[in-house]
Amino acid sequence: MSDVSAQASAVESMPMAKALNAAMSDAMNEDPKVLLMGEDIGTLGGVFRVTQGLKDEFGADRVMDTPLGEAGIVGTAIGLAMRGYRPICEIQFDGFVFPSFNQITSQLSKIHARSSGAISLPVVIRIPYGGNIGSIEHHSESPEALFAHTAGLRVMSPSNAQDAYSMLREAIASQDPVIFLEPKRRYWLKGDVERAARVPTTQRAQIVREGRDLTLAAYGPLVPVALAAADAAREDGLSIEVVDLRSISPLDFDSVERSVNKTGRLVVTHEAPTFGGMGGELASVIAERCFYSLEAPVLRVGGYHMPYPVASVEEDYLPSIDRLLEAIDRSLNY
Amino acid sequence: METAETPHPGATEGRLNRVTILDENGHRGSDPDFDPYIENVTLEDLKGSYANMLKVRRFDDEATSLQRQGKLALWVPSKGQEAAQIGSARAIPERDYIFPSYREHALAFERGVDLKDLMRIFRGYSPGGWNPKEHNFNLYSFVLASQIPHAVGYAMGQKLDQHVNKEVAQGSEESSATVVYFGDGSSTEGEAHESMVFAASYDAPVLFFIQNNKWAISVPFSTQSRLPLAERAAGYGFEGIRVDGNDILGVQAVTAYAMEKIHRGEGPVLIEAETYRLGAHTTADDPTKYRTRDEEDEWTTKDPLVRLEKHLRLEGVDDAFFEEANAEAKEYGASIREAVLAMEPPEFDHAFENVYAEENALVEQERAWFHEYEAGFDEAETQEGGR
Repeated sequence: MSDVSAQASAVESMPMAKALNAAMSDAMNEDPKVLLMGEDIGTLGGVFRVTQGLKDEFGADRVMDTPLGEAGIVGTAIGLAMRGYRPICEIQFDGFVFPSFNQITSQLSKIHARSSGAISLPVVIRIPYGGNIGSIEHHSESPEALFAHTAGLRVMSPSNAQDAYSMLREAIASQDPVIFLEPKRRYWLKGDVERAARVPTTQRAQIVREGRDLTLAAYGPLVPVALAAADAAREDGLSIEVVDLRSISPLDFDSVERSVNKTGRLVVTHEAPTFGGMGGELASVIAERCFYSLEAPVLRVGGYHMPYPVASVEEDYLPSIDRLLEAIDRSLNY
Repeated sequence: METAETPHPGATEGRLNRVTILDENGHRGSDPDFDPYIENVTLEDLKGSYANMLKVRRFDDEATSLQRQGKLALWVPSKGQEAAQIGSARAIPERDYIFPSYREHALAFERGVDLKDLMRIFRGYSPGGWNPKEHNFNLYSFVLASQIPHAVGYAMGQKLDQHVNKEVAQGSEESSATVVYFGDGSSTEGEAHESMVFAASYDAPVLFFIQNNKWAISVPFSTQSRLPLAERAAGYGFEGIRVDGNDILGVQAVTAYAMEKIHRGEGPVLIEAETYRLGAHTTADDPTKYRTRDEEDEWTTKDPLVRLEKHLRLEGVDDAFFEEANAEAKEYGASIREAVLAMEPPEFDHAFENVYAEENALVEQERAWFHEYEAGFDEAETQEGGR
């Protein structure tokens, strides 16, 4: 016992993919009802190797290489959850989630309400999402707003290894369905992970850099970009506060509100198209709540209104340090 | 005008014979493969089935007229499909879990669901109507075929119970299985196909029960499929059975056979019960626009209630029984009407309650705002009253 707790409280440095793997392994050890299902997640260990080794550890009954069918994966996960299991589905890539969109938005999200609470669906759907990996069509999308718009789903996205571990543990433990968006370009980002730490991630944004002049809000893949932009701005004598939203639905408006009341300015960024995206929601709520402390309109830096472009030009599509600095300048010039 | 049976140029009848035990004149025939599965069905059982079919028929007529009078938002008649539903329900052990579509009123009745609760859905007072866990009968699904993968997943869970939790072994007395009902229209949806692949891959203890009622709103079966749907099972690698869906004994026999096989752990089975939707698809529909009177008349003579009545009379059941069954059905219909008219709508506030299982900041905020907004009206009223 003492060995286990010593190990659990130890801090290990690991990449985000490994932290996610550790979260699933620990959850499966603790609860025999936790199952994994998805395409190529067993023997291969997933196309990003996030589930590597888990089939050997827990067997094919609990780490299921499913037939190729996303609606089938999510639909059967719903049935398994009805039977008392806690399935974690992997969708191989963001752009492949749409065949299961019906199951997610018309079934998974609504059955708890439809049954007046008699049925809970503790299902986690892990989706490697976002761009900048130089891939082809359907491999770089950011569908978070579609899911956040659907009541009954929780949507979250970690930006570092510790959060990846803690937030996935929290998602698995949740009685509600969770769309868990993994920033695939950050899978190899290393960080310290303390397995025993229960970071209070639940619906809580985190201030990852304190600042006075402007609040920069981001989540998932863009948090490191936002931090880099804050570093660059510091060279110009600016003090930028960076908020990692972590939970996309529900969104922690209170933390952002506090930060904006301090700095008077907000720039929000995500890879998904700006129009109809989470940035618009945050901008709207902050404008309503912080009208008197805002010294500039809330600005958004996101993708353009186009299908995700081909890899050779994706750098121009993705929010970059320079685009963030441009928006920071624009905000400060009001 | 096309009919349900207009053959597609490339259509085939397939190789599976249609199982029939009670013929259209009510004579009981014999089928050596399936007779053993209904040898314990007594005349009293059949009289009970008949009385229930009549009750649900009456309930259905009452619901249709309630909708016409503006008391229900919509109605989905099950008229004509009573034998397929009651015959199969009687062959499924209570411990087995059923996933219905949305036209399974007779099935719900057999599962002990209070049909007054079911009416709450169509009255616009409840999203679900009953507690599925109390009846091993899931809620209705209104998105076609969406419930089929749920059923397969549930069945995969039943099978996993023995491996993961070392609970009940498949094949033992206590092992449970799953049955999912859907229609010929749903069989086209991708989810139906994916479900069958998953069921085959995992040897899931599940029965796919298709009620082929020949019409998907206005689209005839001949457009849905070139061959009987039972034939498709072979493509997935499990057994398919065609049965005359208006023959309650035939349906009961093949379902009992399938459940026994599934409980033995031999994987999924598909049953196609060929029946006919006598009424409209829903009360929003007008079947006179797309199907012939001749076709409807022909199927009216094949009505499963008529057939079972013929059989019971051949067996010597007298008028007194039918009169009593009719009187009971009429009374049941009246009780439904009374219950619907007496229903109280829910408070809007309840809609905030089950969006999530856990507390959710956004829902709580919006709920608080709604209360404040409502309280504003009370305040205004108080002020006005005080003036």
